[in-house]
Amino acid sequence: MDNAIASTQALPNQPLMPHESAVHDEHDPHVVLPQHRHHFETEEQQREAGSFGMWLFLLTEIMFFGGLFFAYLLYRNWYYPAFAVASVQLSVPLGAFNTVMLISSGFFMALGVWAAEVRKRELLVWMLVLTTFFGCVFLGVKVVEYKEKWEHHHIPGPSFSVAEFVNPAAYGIDEKPLAPDMATHTQIFFFLYFAMTGMHALHMIIGIAILGVMIFRARAGAYTTGHVTFVENFGLYWHFVDIIWIYLFPLLYLISRHQ
Amino acid sequence: MSAPNVPHDKDYESIEEHEHHHHIVSPMVYLTIVGILLVMTGLTVAASYVEMGMFNPIVALAIAAFKMILVVLFFMHVKYSTKLTKLTVGAGLFTFLVLVGMTLSDYWTRAWGRW
Repeated sequence: MDNAIASTQALPNQPLMPHESAVHDEHDPHVVLPQHRHHFETEEQQREAGSFGMWLFLLTEIMFFGGLFFAYLLYRNWYYPAFAVASVQLSVPLGAFNTVMLISSGFFMALGVWAAEVRKRELLVWMLVLTTFFGCVFLGVKVVEYKEKWEHHHIPGPSFSVAEFVNPAAYGIDEKPLAPDMATHTQIFFFLYFAMTGMHALHMIIGIAILGVMIFRARAGAYTTGHVTFVENFGLYWHFVDIIWIYLFPLLYLISRHQ
Repeated sequence: MSAPNVPHDKDYESIEEHEHHHHIVSPMVYLTIVGILLVMTGLTVAASYVEMGMFNPIVALAIAAFKMILVVLFFMHVKYSTKLTKLTVGAGLFTFLVLVGMTLSDYWTRAWGRW
């Protein structure tokens, strides 16, 4: 493996074949790089097409998560007391910690794209490893939070319990009790909480799986020979997942806090 | 070992010259942005404990929107992208806001005059 990496790195220093250097002319737009597909006029066009396609995919993702956000907005207006009390049950320190983890993960992803562009193979591998690490920490904290909801019977379904909301004093919670009919609507809050954070977590799990493959390929030098499109487009995906959490954190954890 | 082992037909310098339209964002920019993002995270947590009535969600959403714009412009390179990419991103957000606006106007006006 190490020999293979060394040979990949040594490639740009190899003597150029005469006819290839003759073909190359900086005014000629039709310079052919190994990654250049023949149906694109130039490499820039190829890169632009890839980025455009990725953004179109992300727009469908905006609509997908947008539907969930809209449902949250609407139900929060309808059942405000239930949503406010249920939202306060979430842990702000854990949510804030996770926000910092995701921002860090996104930062190292951005540095990874930079490392690929300036062709630093070793650095790219480390940046991808750090991106994965902070992503995994985020998911680990999420497991702790979900487990806590399980213990409090706050997972929607047959075992869901409104006990903590109709009789908070009995559980040592300093909140006003909810009327039983309003308290049943806390289940909608937790349904949306699990739907939104669960979908977000699923996107992260898929992202981490792809990161694993990318680390393996980056070690072999696949992204540091001038073809950075894959790393770049994965970066777009990863930052998009960050943005979803940037909205989820205040909407789920914070905005009902002050009452 | 799927690394393309095809020899390059040019050296580093000429590749950079060829790709001079493609802007490489420097790590210092990323560092600045991540600093602002972390400060804004602290700010949004602090603001949530201040009683501002109906302005609490507005402030939280404004901070989130500001963070999103920073991520989109710098981490996602839209600031340095072509007009096609900028228009695509703008059109996506605009379409989403139109859908939300139209649906909300339906919910707000459905029982109009009947309360």
